[in-house]
Amino acid sequence: MNSKFKIFLKGIIDVSPLMIPVVPFGLIFGVLAVDVGFTPIETMGMSLIIFGGASQIVLLQLFSGGASSLVIISSVGAVNSRHLLYGAVVSEHLSDLKLIWKIIISYFLIDQAFARSNEYFKKNKDDNKYFHLVGGGATCWIIWQSTTFLGIILGAAIPEKLGLSFAIPLTFLALLINDFRKFINVVVIIISGFVATFGYNIIPFKAYVIVAAFIGLVSATILTKMIKTDE
Amino acid sequence: MSNWALIIYCGLITYLTRFTMIALIRKEMFNDRIRNILSFVPSAIFPAIIFPAIFLDDTGSFQIENNPKIVAAIIAVIIGISSRSIVATIFSGLASYWFIIFVI
Repeated sequence: MNSKFKIFLKGIIDVSPLMIPVVPFGLIFGVLAVDVGFTPIETMGMSLIIFGGASQIVLLQLFSGGASSLVIISSVGAVNSRHLLYGAVVSEHLSDLKLIWKIIISYFLIDQAFARSNEYFKKNKDDNKYFHLVGGGATCWIIWQSTTFLGIILGAAIPEKLGLSFAIPLTFLALLINDFRKFINVVVIIISGFVATFGYNIIPFKAYVIVAAFIGLVSATILTKMIKTDE
Repeated sequence: MSNWALIIYCGLITYLTRFTMIALIRKEMFNDRIRNILSFVPSAIFPAIIFPAIFLDDTGSFQIENNPKIVAAIIAVIIGISSRSIVATIFSGLASYWFIIFVI
């Protein structure tokens, strides 16, 4: 067995425990996308082309609320901006990589694969260490595509009164559980939530997500400064 | 815009963020302040999806009384904080929601 394949397998093994929460995410996405009015092929296309849970669910939520394409696209961009932070960390490990590999790996660079491979890169300086990220990314890819597919099939069998659309706020709530322990984050969460809720009908073009996020970030900046000067 | 065009643009912007991350951004481009602000992005953006979906009904009007979603979301937050588990958060919220609408 060559070392590339071993590292690839290690990537699969390391990322697997993180795949457990991805399963309900993918199922919920598949069910809701069809429910909101996308065809099964479009739904599969979203998972294949976008390949990002939060991006896809934001798209669904705004699409079902009747937001314009421009607002949907910029909201998806805003959701993805959280990834820029990872770039600062991971790029130093990937700087020797050929451009063509950077282009390929970018497609697989999702939260879970990134988190595991970053730990691996810190400990291993092997030339083939990138196969770890490819292994982890490929695992996420297979799980995401197959659960989307299952969700599409299950969707037809799930009655509407089950209220599965409530799963959207719940999945995002679940992504914030660690932030609920930090004071500034809790204040930012409440401010952003209130702005979005009260602005839902007032802010034009359904741009409430972007407006709320912007006000939330400004509050975070001010709060961080205030707390620092107190010390 | 057709659904396919929308999907492709959203895919492009997601891909470009990832590519920017590994190909263009260098560690020294972000000082501690920018890094600190970026760490608040999830807390600033996810509530904008969460809160309206819980407190507003399908027509966009406030629904505060007799709203099973508020109770279920509070239970999910409590379970989430104590368990630190994504799966437990989602399922405790859904289970309490169904319990309220079907059993009570």
